Amino acid sequence: MRTQSGNALLGILAWLVALAIFFPILWLLLTAFKTEQEAFSVDPTFWFMPTLESFKTALAQGSGYWHYAWNSALTAVASTIIGLALAVPAAYAMAFYPNKRTDFLLVWMVSTKFIPAVGVLIPIFLVYKTVGLLDHALGLTLLFTAMNLPIIVWMVYSYFRDIPKDIVEAADIDGASVLQTLFKVVLPLALPGLASTGLLALILAWNESFWSITMTDHRAATLAVYIASFKSAEGLFWAKMSAASVLAIAPIIVLGWFTQRQMVRGLTFGAVK
Amino acid sequence: MAIVELKNVAKQYGSSNSNAVDNFNLTTRDGEFVVLVGPSGCGKSTTMRMIAGLERNTGGEILIGGEDVSQVPPKERDIAMVFQSYALYPHMTVAENMAFSLKLKKRPAEEIKAKVDEAAKTLGIEPLLARKPRELSGGQRQRVALGRAIVRSPQVFLMDEPLSNLDAKLRVDMRAEIVKLHKRLKVTTFYVTHDQVEAMTMGERIVVMKDGEIQQIDTPINLYEHPANRFVAGFIGNPSMNFLRATHSDGAVSGEGFRLTLDAGLREASESHGGDIWVGVRPEHLSVAQGEAENRIDGRVEVVETLGAVTVVQVNVGDATLTAQLSGHRQIEIGEPLSLTCESDKLHLFDVETDQVIARRAAGEAAALADSHA
Repeated sequence: MRTQSGNALLGILAWLVALAIFFPILWLLLTAFKTEQEAFSVDPTFWFMPTLESFKTALAQGSGYWHYAWNSALTAVASTIIGLALAVPAAYAMAFYPNKRTDFLLVWMVSTKFIPAVGVLIPIFLVYKTVGLLDHALGLTLLFTAMNLPIIVWMVYSYFRDIPKDIVEAADIDGASVLQTLFKVVLPLALPGLASTGLLALILAWNESFWSITMTDHRAATLAVYIASFKSAEGLFWAKMSAASVLAIAPIIVLGWFTQRQMVRGLTFGAVK
Repeated sequence: MAIVELKNVAKQYGSSNSNAVDNFNLTTRDGEFVVLVGPSGCGKSTTMRMIAGLERNTGGEILIGGEDVSQVPPKERDIAMVFQSYALYPHMTVAENMAFSLKLKKRPAEEIKAKVDEAAKTLGIEPLLARKPRELSGGQRQRVALGRAIVRSPQVFLMDEPLSNLDAKLRVDMRAEIVKLHKRLKVTTFYVTHDQVEAMTMGERIVVMKDGEIQQIDTPINLYEHPANRFVAGFIGNPSMNFLRATHSDGAVSGEGFRLTLDAGLREASESHGGDIWVGVRPEHLSVAQGEAENRIDGRVEVVETLGAVTVVQVNVGDATLTAQLSGHRQIEIGEPLSLTCESDKLHLFDVETDQVIARRAAGEAAALADSHA
């Protein structure tokens, strides 16, 4: 009985925490369907007549939503592909042919994430200015790749480590080259892990705002810049900004929703005890 | 099929001072079944992995079919290996697992199918060809792993403790099947195990290893009857051989609670050996002493295990505990005094310092020696 009531209490607590986390998104959604007056009202309300006015403005020709969305998609997808392409060989070497420095290398790579982005802003800005990568999709893609690479390597490494070394050795004895072992044995086995890693990298790149805002102006600007553009000199437009935010996060939420099973699924190994 | 030669093969890891495998010398016969046996960490798996090419030997040469393969990668050694974990490809079906190596060699599809079907038939796994490894039982996976090895018709089979994940009954069945398979295929086979029963029942020759070094290479029966040292004597045979510390005088060995007469062969061999020696006697060679037996070991019963066909008794003799395997069911009470005996020609003597055997001389040789002394 005690366990049951304890479980119920934990359940209620979990719901409360989930609601607290979800509430800002719910409020954002509600605000996006309000008029500016309702949105700005000091007496917030859950009951109102929903309107699509803010969405119309956010999607209007002049707003450039599709331009920003395209840049977001391009830089997120490209940086994820490049990141995986670089991380897979690195993780393969570290997982299957480790040496005494492998652990240090992994920790060192992840430790680069401890540096605040603003700390390296000036050197990167100056380099980018010199080589002409400011406000350039390629520049942003490279930044996102570098930003996510340690996490991608770490994750791919841990998925590779789950594959028994015997299987790789069996492929070696069966006559497979390193590339054949990678493509025919290791990658198919690590596919669910690679998919979740790719998805995470995609989400992180899509959501990135610091570099997007500081390193782009308009040409390569992403949805983060688009949302920020609703903060104008005339004041804040909460409803329009909320609608823009909903439009910015919607693609990634939809993607996450459809791929959540993929994200948590792991291959059940049957070959190795 | 090929002759495998290992010449002074050694393996050293990193900057460690001791070798994981040291001075390993062995030449197989063509199609021989060689078992590497020894306790954990003795270097048997490392030796096999060096033959496979999964580890590079840091010293010596490994020759397969007369060719030095020490620097040759595994895939070019024409070997097949069965792993302890089976190491099947989980994302492939049984047929794909077996066909993988042939596909990599770009063999024609009809040939691959024919070979896979033939191997599947040999191992009785035809109905499983379309299944994934996770849908198979341990025994079935083991067969698939064997099938994957035999479709390639390699020069050498390497088997690294392939039965250790199976339950006891299945292990006995698979043991017999592997032996049958070897008799049919006649491929030179190296088989690693820590189980001396497996080694004795399967090997044509057995390599007993300890601390990276070969202790003895011999046929199963010779290992049992003529162990080279105390380690081999204790490792081969179940229950293990008993050892009693004894002093040697007047053609007999004696200690607290026992006196055992040596036969001519042992007497002559041990003559030059003054002082203490180890006397080894196998539990199955001990029997209950009737009346005033010549060879007598007196002790007190500590443990009695009734197994039906045999009764295993542990007897305290002085400071030592002796195990005796007596035939049939015996009414023996714990704590009661018990006198054991054994035939003189079943005794083994070992040097107390080197643990090496004090070799029995052949009866003829011993007699000749006695004559010359006379």
